[in-house]
Amino acid sequence: MSAIPLFAMGVATLGAELAAKRVSSVELAGAMLDRLQAHASLGTALSMDREATLAQARAADARRASGQATALTGVPVAHKDIFVTRFATSRLPSTAGSKMLIGYQSPFDATVIARLNEAGTVTLAKLNCDEFAMGSANENSAFSPVLNPWDRSRVPGGSSGGSAAAVAARLVPAATGTDTGGSIRQPASFCGVTGIKPTYGVCSRYGMIAFASSLDQAGPMARSAEDCALLLSAMSGFDERDATSAERPPQNFHAQMLAPREGATAARPLQGLRIGLPKEFFPAALAADVEGAVRGALRELEKLGASLVDVSLPRTELSIPVYYIIAPAEASSNLGRFDGVKFGHRAAQYGDLLDMYKKTRAEGFGPEVKRRIMIGTYVLSHGYYDAYYVQAQKLRRMIADDFQACFKACDVIAGPVAPTVAWKLGEQGGDPLRAYLADIFTLPASLAGLPGLSVPAGSGAHGMPVGLQLIGNYFEEGRLLHTAHAFQQATDFHLTEPVL
Amino acid sequence: MSAPALIRGYEVVIGLETHTQLSTASKIFSGASTTFGAEPNTQACAVDLALPGTLPVMNRGAVERAICFGLAVNAKVAPLSIFARKNYFYPDLPKGYQISQYETPVVQGGRIEFLLGDTKKVVRLTRAHLEEDAGKSLHEDFAGKTGIDLNRAGTPLLEIVSEPEMRSSAEAVEYARTLHALVVWLGICDGNMQEGSFRCDANVSVRKPGAPFGIRREIKNLNSFRFLQQAIDFEIQWQIDRVEDGLAIEQATVLFNADTGETRAMRSKEDAQDYRYFPDPDLPPLVIAPEWIERVKAAMPELPAAMATRFAQADGLPAYDAAMMTQSLPFARWYEALRDACEHGESGGAAAAWPKLAANWLMGEVSKKLNAESREIAAAPITPAALGALIRRVAEGAISHNGARQIFEALWSGETAEIDALIDAKGLRQMNDSSALEAIVDEVLARNEKSVAEYRAGKDKAFNALVGQVMKASQGKANPAQAGEILKRKLG
Repeated sequence: MSAIPLFAMGVATLGAELAAKRVSSVELAGAMLDRLQAHASLGTALSMDREATLAQARAADARRASGQATALTGVPVAHKDIFVTRFATSRLPSTAGSKMLIGYQSPFDATVIARLNEAGTVTLAKLNCDEFAMGSANENSAFSPVLNPWDRSRVPGGSSGGSAAAVAARLVPAATGTDTGGSIRQPASFCGVTGIKPTYGVCSRYGMIAFASSLDQAGPMARSAEDCALLLSAMSGFDERDATSAERPPQNFHAQMLAPREGATAARPLQGLRIGLPKEFFPAALAADVEGAVRGALRELEKLGASLVDVSLPRTELSIPVYYIIAPAEASSNLGRFDGVKFGHRAAQYGDLLDMYKKTRAEGFGPEVKRRIMIGTYVLSHGYYDAYYVQAQKLRRMIADDFQACFKACDVIAGPVAPTVAWKLGEQGGDPLRAYLADIFTLPASLAGLPGLSVPAGSGAHGMPVGLQLIGNYFEEGRLLHTAHAFQQATDFHLTEPVL
Repeated sequence: MSAPALIRGYEVVIGLETHTQLSTASKIFSGASTTFGAEPNTQACAVDLALPGTLPVMNRGAVERAICFGLAVNAKVAPLSIFARKNYFYPDLPKGYQISQYETPVVQGGRIEFLLGDTKKVVRLTRAHLEEDAGKSLHEDFAGKTGIDLNRAGTPLLEIVSEPEMRSSAEAVEYARTLHALVVWLGICDGNMQEGSFRCDANVSVRKPGAPFGIRREIKNLNSFRFLQQAIDFEIQWQIDRVEDGLAIEQATVLFNADTGETRAMRSKEDAQDYRYFPDPDLPPLVIAPEWIERVKAAMPELPAAMATRFAQADGLPAYDAAMMTQSLPFARWYEALRDACEHGESGGAAAAWPKLAANWLMGEVSKKLNAESREIAAAPITPAALGALIRRVAEGAISHNGARQIFEALWSGETAEIDALIDAKGLRQMNDSSALEAIVDEVLARNEKSVAEYRAGKDKAFNALVGQVMKASQGKANPAQAGEILKRKLG
């Protein structure tokens, strides 16, 4: 093992190395902090606190010495800066990638973060993201863009672009992300890492700075399905502080991932699995390189015992307008609290109260956030609410029903994550609509609240990674992880690393 | 019902929206305390401050109080109701929106009944919905700046909306009093109006009889019954003046100035904000199963109307007396204890209409004292047992009513001796020995020949003078009725 550098190891491997005492958590954390700093030019980390990280690592080593370690104790991770983290513990501001929250010190940890801390993970950094998680290229960060480690002239995807790029570049073993309309799956696809957005309600939203409350979900981003399973088990579970979190017992996703299917053999671990291919996920506009990689991955899944069936999600295209009504509507309200009164940015110069509001918000929010606040405000306005918001909610229910019809004929749905590989930085700057259209394959599962996973499936044009999306029925994260794990046991797409 | 009284030829139409602060220990969507009067911003947690990442969680205690209210007013308790966000910017509104119920409230319909004089009035309710209160803006003491106190932010409110079915300020006040008494009776609100636990918005309009509703103006935030009456009365005259002058009334929100007794427009319909209501995605629909309703029902006290009916039927109280006995739950409990003390007194004596005697004392001497000292019945310095014993002594003729009043005063001011000892100590025991009384009468007749002659000549007044002389001679201890009888016999 010593031939493999620490940074090349994923969560499961590091857990084993730590358990075998071949490396200490302090040693590991120090090495990863150095590597993050060495590659700061990728723009992945927004803040680090070396002393706090090492203190956490020392505590993890002490815990291991006392025999209280979990599979994650001492494993370093980093967190998307959409999660609030207690400033008194680590001097890491919680910014949501926004000027509005520069230097904001949260008095508490998000539930997801607190649970990972309890399991013993060590926090390396807060990671860059699109402002308030709005974007699909990480170009909406108020601080800096994130560069795709496979090609620094390209975007890493978004909004969890810092998380995806840091994992892909092996700067962190794993990271947390959040997904509202594809913000875990799409950057995972663009950067060649594995990421899962669980069923809405599986992870607590308490402490996630809200973008669109009915869609936001936290999830892990890592090198493999196995690493995701380990992290998700620790992150998830009912939280009485989130009224939308699902009341169910704690889940061991790693065990679910490993559980063999009935009738499976070593060569055909996916025997009997019916994979549905919605014809709307393979339109003429789908880039040939992406389709090629996805079809190749599907053939591999067939070899592993799965069968492919044709299904239909007839309202796939409608998911774009539906999403871009509901998400901005909720965002316009969620972001009302950033008014300069209690916390965050306040304009230095202002006249009366209204002027303070206007200047504070004009200065604090970036253009994409403003655009969505305006769209959201418009669709909720008197006289437009019924025409937009109510209609969108109706269609949202129909989209969810369409999935249930599909799941009568298949166990898992598969398709591309995004219509193209990662695009060039600045390429879509003047045309937000073009970026919105690129969300087409991730939005349906988000609107339905279903779990979705992106797994590296090879490369497309310019050697850029392509992800395969797997969508399961409610609470079938275990099935998705099992399928992805079987795929990764048979392929090595997830093991390829960009040259830094 | 009789036709409503017109004012200057106009019919008045009033509807009330009442914000009732629910008596939960913690806030409606957070665990912070709701205690009144704490240092600013010491009772606001991360959720109340709307810190990034925080989420609301429904307080079941607030829901239970809403269910309780719904049952008490014969409303429909919605099996599923929706929380919505009312979006607007204001410094004391931390989230930039208020969580309220908009299209689907938890309590739907219902009615409030009360007596206005002898007439029973029924006012239907439109709805009652749960919502959170905002914080407070403090415009003084900050050198030209505004201070924000978020202690009140997130305090649970039940907003109770009536139909526009009141036709005078008197009806509106009586409705509000009845509602106030009910929510306090149910224990869902402390009823403290100074602290803002119960405040009314009054929608007022005027019209010629038979005409469609006039344009209404809403008077905000009336926190006393007197202000409610004054504000409505002023508003009625203002509106009629305007209509008489041929001017239009614009829909508006107005404020009542307690110093001037006037109402003044705060904002007109044109300034009305677009609140962009939509269902709050942080809170699932509020589902209330029948079992939950049953549990709340089982824990509810007997309602005032039911209790008044019981007092009228079982105790034989007149309707007015029964309503007075049920003015509050502690008052009703006190009445019952007093009635029982009268009925089960230890001494013998003739049966009497004990409930009515008890009610008379409560409405008379006791209420007079309570009002004079601004006390609640619970703070009365006298026990039902002691007053019951006293009432029995009066009925038994051991003490005159006047004497009993003196004993009552003594008990009220803290004297604790046993009732008979007290009567004796004060020399108030009535003379029930008829031979002694006969002797006194004989003596009085002998000393007052003039009065006797006048009486015999047909002057009734002279008889009263003779009774007075007997009372005087007996040092007030004679039973006046008995003295009268003996006098009549002897004058025969």
